[in-house]
Order: sequence, then structure tokens, then C-alpha cells
Amino acid sequence: MQSVKMVVTGPFNAGKTEFIRAVSEIDVVSTERRISSQAERVKDSTTVAMDFGRISIDDELVLYLFGTPGQKRFDFMWEILSEGMLGFVVIVDSTRPETFREARSILETFHAYAPTPYVVAANKQDREDAWDLEDLRIALRLNPHVKIVNCTATRKESVKNVLLELLYSILAEMDLIAL
Amino acid sequence: MALKGNLRDFTLAQLLNLINLAHKTGTLVVESPNESVWVFFRGGKLAYAQTGHEDGSLINILHRTNRLTTAQYRGIRARINGMSDKELGLLLINANYFTQQEILTSLQSYFIDTVRRLFTLINSPFHFESDLFPPEDKITVRVNLENIILESSRQMREREQLYDEIPSLEMALKFADRPNTNIHTLTLSSAEWRVVNLINPKNTIRQIALASNLNDLDIRRIAYGLIQAGLVELTKPEDSPNLSLLRGRPGLPMTTTQKSERVSLINRIIKRIRSL
Repeated sequence: MQSVKMVVTGPFNAGKTEFIRAVSEIDVVSTERRISSQAERVKDSTTVAMDFGRISIDDELVLYLFGTPGQKRFDFMWEILSEGMLGFVVIVDSTRPETFREARSILETFHAYAPTPYVVAANKQDREDAWDLEDLRIALRLNPHVKIVNCTATRKESVKNVLLELLYSILAEMDLIAL
Repeated sequence: MALKGNLRDFTLAQLLNLINLAHKTGTLVVESPNESVWVFFRGGKLAYAQTGHEDGSLINILHRTNRLTTAQYRGIRARINGMSDKELGLLLINANYFTQQEILTSLQSYFIDTVRRLFTLINSPFHFESDLFPPEDKITVRVNLENIILESSRQMREREQLYDEIPSLEMALKFADRPNTNIHTLTLSSAEWRVVNLINPKNTIRQIALASNLNDLDIRRIAYGLIQAGLVELTKPEDSPNLSLLRGRPGLPMTTTQKSERVSLINRIIKRIRSL
């Protein structure tokens, strides 16, 4: 049985766990703990090691989705999680501009660990106070070739679309390498 | 959709850059504890600015920018009962008090100063209203934002560089095995000495900052200085959980697999994801 993996990363409370839950065929192996820091008490619990989801592709291939811990103090996990990944998804909460700088930093860090294709998933686009995709692109200083995809992490179809866009990017990069 | 947030999280330079690149038209409203500031943009260029408590009339701006003496200001003010800024501007030009360019230059200078003052606000909510425009009787200008952005960027560069160099305060510091500097000639400030005394791979930089009563920026500045001097190195804290077991996670052997196999593999995943 061959296995491949993709990493789902992004700032604290961006929606990484929900994203994986939306498509995983197993209950996500989540390592959530109650939040102790008052400053980060936007939600009750957070991922401290990683989330772990699985999609069986066929009898011989399994895709694993790893969600990184969102809090900065667990960033020593990132390098380990990034090893051997096909590509990665950076999830950004479109309604929280205070996290954009961190999202940019995470994106750069992961790309430095493994220069694989990635897409940016602009989560919570169904909310009224969400920033426009093009405004987000400028705020995150994304190059024009980087895909930024409309996303609602609680909706399976939306998550599928993000994963497909990442896979198309991986295919496109393979074509480029072949050239 | 909304373009709103807080300058604490999304700096004014970033905001102006966004407005400039997206050629936005509308009004940026910045709320601070003492005042609200409205800055109007047309096609990504600064057109008008108004601070809540200030008299932003043309006559007042000409006085504030030293184009009018106080005596002239009072004299004209007494005669312009109910006159709009545009009417007053025409009157002053026709009476050869000012050229059109002089009036526009004064307005530009005043509006740019208003924007510059915004750079002192670091914790103020903002929102951009695309359907809010300055009063019709006001004179608007067209000022490129690039220079204003550059100026603000210079102020922030040091801060950003420090955050880039030391992105996490959860790292630790250790003394370099072979310092790049002659430690006998090294001169340290008292704050640096306090930090140096606490350097130990078991202490995170944040713990050192707390113990030394330094804020995030100052501890980064000191740590960066010590790293640049070759005296210390960044390292992972010694009590980090041993996560080496996770290193065996599955990965795609991209370097050895043939391209056709890899394309086939990705296509299989695409097919499966579509069918979910």
C-alpha cells in the first residue's frame, strides 16, 4: 500500500481541523486540548500536535491529510510534518486580518521547508465581514501565479475544490519540470 | 465585501498599498480614542482627508500651511460668509492672491500630513467605505501613494526584519561554540547583560524577555544583535518533546518515481477527490 500526504496549515483558528474533517473518511485523529492562554481563547480547544485525516484513493493508494497545530509555540512540528508532502494548503480566516501576517509567515516557512506546490484557501468566505480574494492576495503578498481559492471549510464540496486546485497545481508543476 | 480590521494587525502601509494596487475609490475611516480620520481615495490616489475635530476648510488649511498670515486669515474669514471651498478657491485665484497650483499644493500638503499622523496610530480600528465620498463643495487633489507608503515602510522595516529573523520567541539561545567576535572587546548594554546572563538552551527567548522585563521587540533587537555579533545561536529548547518518531510519516518519493507514474498517481487522487 502506497501512501502520500498533504499538509493543511494556517494560523490559529483558521479552520484547519474543520477542513480535514469535511473530507476525511475516518474520524479525524485530532490532538485537541483545552486552550490555557487567555489571549488565544477564541475557541475552547486547539490542535497541539496534529490532525490526521485519511482518504483511500484505491486499493493501493492512501492520501493522508495532516493538519498542523495553529499556535506559534508548536511550530517546531512544522518541519517534521512537511517532510515528503505532495503539496500544502494554507488556510486563512478571511474575516481576521490580524492573522494575515502570521499566515504569510507560515506560508514562507513551509515553502522553505519543502518547495512544493501550494494553494491558499480563503476560509469563511460565506461571512459578511470576509475580505475579498483580491484584497487578500495583496494583503498576503501572493504572487499572481499562486492560487487563492474561495473556501468554506465546513462544506465538503468547497474543501474538495481546494484540494483539486492543489492537485492541478501539482500536475502543472510536473509539466514545468518536464520542460 | 468588507475591508475592515485594526491597524495593530494590518498596518497602514499595507492598507495604503492595497488601496494603491487595487485602485480603490472610497473613504478609509480610522477610529482612534480621540478622533476619527477620514481619508478619501479616488482610483487608488489620495484625494481628500479630514480629521474629526479639525476645521478642514480651505481658509483654515491655507492658514495652517502658512500661506496666509493670521491677519489675512481673519480678514478673509470675516468676508466669506457661507462661501464653499470651491467658491473661495476661485475667488482667491481670480483676485490674484494665489495660483491654482499654490492652492492645490497647500491642500496636498495638509492631506499628506493628515495621513502621516495616522502612522502614529498602532491600535485603531479601520474600515473602508466604497460609497462614502467627501462633501461636493470640497476641493480634491490627486496624490500618488507610493512615496507615503515608502516613508511608512522605512519606519516599519526594522520591526519586520526583526520578526523575520526571529519569528518565534519559543526558540532558545545558546552560546556559539566558536564566537565570531572577540568577546574581550565586546561592549554590552545593561539590558544586553541581563539577557546574556539568562542564555541557556533550556530558556526560551520569551522566558528571557519576561525575566528581563523586555517587550517582544526589544528582546528581538537584543537577540538579533547578539546573533549578528556571532556570540549566540538560535536553537530549539532542550525540553521540546522528542518527535523523531513522526519523521517516518509516509511521503512521495518524488526524486525516484518516473514522471508518468507520478502524473498517474495525481490523476488517481483527482478522480477520487471528485467522486467524494
